[in-house]
Amino acid sequence: MSEPAGPRTLFEKIWSRHRVTEREDGQTLLYVGRHLLHDGGATAFDVLRKRGLKPRAPDRIFATPDHYVSTATRKLAEIEDPRHREMVEKLARNTAEHGIRMFGLGDPNQGIVHVVGPETGLSQPGILLVCGDSHTSTHGAVGALAFGIGSTEVAHVLATQTLWQRKPKTMRITVDGTLGPQVTGKDVILAIIAQIGAAGATEHVIEYAGNAIRGLSMEGRLTLCNMSIEAGGRAGMVAPDETTYAYLHGRPYAPQSAEWEQAVARWRELPSDEGAAFDTEVTVDGSAIRPMVTWGNSPEDALPIDAAVPDPESAADAERRAQMRRMLDYMGLTPGTKLTDIAIDRVFIGSCTNSRIEDLRAAAAVADGRKVAEGVTAWVVPGSEPVKRQAEAEGLHEVFRRAGFEWREPGCSMCLGTNGDIARPGQRVASTSNRNFMGRQGPGARTHLLSPAMAAAAAVTGRFADVRRLMGG
Amino acid sequence: MEAFVTLDAVAVPLPLPNIDTDQIIPARFLSRPREVNHADFLFHDARRVAATGEQNPEFPLNREPWRAARVIVAGKNFACGSSREAAVWALFDAGFRCAIAPSFGDIFRNNGTKNGLLPVVLPAAVVEDILAQLEASPGARIFVDLPQQQVTAPDGSVHGFEIDPFAKHCMLNGLDDFGVTAAYEDDIAAFERRYGRENRI
Repeated sequence: MSEPAGPRTLFEKIWSRHRVTEREDGQTLLYVGRHLLHDGGATAFDVLRKRGLKPRAPDRIFATPDHYVSTATRKLAEIEDPRHREMVEKLARNTAEHGIRMFGLGDPNQGIVHVVGPETGLSQPGILLVCGDSHTSTHGAVGALAFGIGSTEVAHVLATQTLWQRKPKTMRITVDGTLGPQVTGKDVILAIIAQIGAAGATEHVIEYAGNAIRGLSMEGRLTLCNMSIEAGGRAGMVAPDETTYAYLHGRPYAPQSAEWEQAVARWRELPSDEGAAFDTEVTVDGSAIRPMVTWGNSPEDALPIDAAVPDPESAADAERRAQMRRMLDYMGLTPGTKLTDIAIDRVFIGSCTNSRIEDLRAAAAVADGRKVAEGVTAWVVPGSEPVKRQAEAEGLHEVFRRAGFEWREPGCSMCLGTNGDIARPGQRVASTSNRNFMGRQGPGARTHLLSPAMAAAAAVTGRFADVRRLMGG
Repeated sequence: MEAFVTLDAVAVPLPLPNIDTDQIIPARFLSRPREVNHADFLFHDARRVAATGEQNPEFPLNREPWRAARVIVAGKNFACGSSREAAVWALFDAGFRCAIAPSFGDIFRNNGTKNGLLPVVLPAAVVEDILAQLEASPGARIFVDLPQQQVTAPDGSVHGFEIDPFAKHCMLNGLDDFGVTAAYEDDIAAFERRYGRENRI
């Protein structure tokens, strides 16, 4: 268990701080500082019940329903599908039974678990945070080590507050340069995944570094870390700095008064030491990134908005050629079509990737004074109750409504459609979510990923559009 | 958990990269408890013709002799995406006990070893070769030997693979983490006293 001598990475500092023990075979027992639950995790409580176990540290566990809640109503009884209603009810029952704090439907802090964590200050620099959802990588944006786990692991964490892990490799992705106008955290992460591939960071924890990352707001960093999993990464992190402290200060679960100063002093020790070594280094030219849109069924199939649908004949090998043909067939696209010539049916602005206040402001700025194109259905689903309140205080909901968008209630919604919010077969969706997989937004639905401003631009033009042109960027 | 020692079984080829867990089991089937048999949800949409809901005779899992397959061989980044453990349950309930690919989604890989489904990583060129053999001789078998950490391809070639020693031990003996962790109770309690002081909520 001896520490490696010399400079350490942010990841190594958090890893070693949470190490309970390490076996000779390399397995490490890690202590979980914060465990977040959502309404998709009923199985884990079933496992506990069968084994006669109880949560070990209920005060380290927080829950909120998001996957199965309706975005049309806040009333539990109005969730139409009994199976969905039961998932929300089960979370309430399981948390009540074990004294776990839940931000339930109607609670002023309810929302998507990956929006709620940072927003309430539960996600903090230097902690180890897990949740039974792959997008738990989001919380690394505050300088935490955060990753998603399966339901058997959730049950193990509930019962023991620990988790067996093998130390992953580390990857530093340095994005230098200055981001252009209308280039957001979403465009940066899509450009990164397009560069390194959907398996580019497999078995790695990513630390994002460089001027362009430092310049991102906390919302931008949350978007960036959120999609680390789409690059295959176990987790994504950004070292805490003044942006982080300013964001967390005063949040309900952040350290208060004298403890705040002590916490910040500890957090200032976290950034990777000068000269710390990473297993893999990647560099990306931030100045070259343009607003991005995906065309295929993996987030790696992303292109700048001024590009055209690629030709499978240009693929490097037969496997890729076959995969591209299959994707183009599913997506109903023809090689050579300019992305700006592709018409859309629906717009979804929301999800744990892009439903925070800054995302909604960016989309509203585009929607303001414009109208959703004829035949297009456009939704805005705020990520949480606090986001919704803030947006309404700023009048953003009125901007959206005047433009013809629907303003809905917080939840995961169309990102994966577990609550029934899905597109029809063949419908083309401009979506600010994280996955463009086949059937992700409903059987046969065609998903294109892009930033909130780009989604709003698509809504008002009826096709993918370069938001820089629209906004004079 | 069901133990895994060796397996001699028909292997089905799915020669595509990035087969995600949304394809393995679409999200609308995730609200079922573990007791429900998940076999019918496996590749639910890919296995069916969208317009009619009928079985798609082209999909490998719907074709003889691959209906009896217990090994799945796929392109890189198999089972990437969502952490849904139901992706493993669907494969397991349909009879699969081993998946072979050049790489896996990390969370799926962990979920697999905790549910009796062995994930085997082999070099991309080897997987490509095995896929070609399986397509040339449908119904060909693969032998998987966990104690020796070896896969024998249909052509008799033998390929070693790496597996985490802890995961190997648990799979060979059908153990889960809970029992192992119980032995570390004192360590956890000691850690908690130390950690709790500076990490109040």
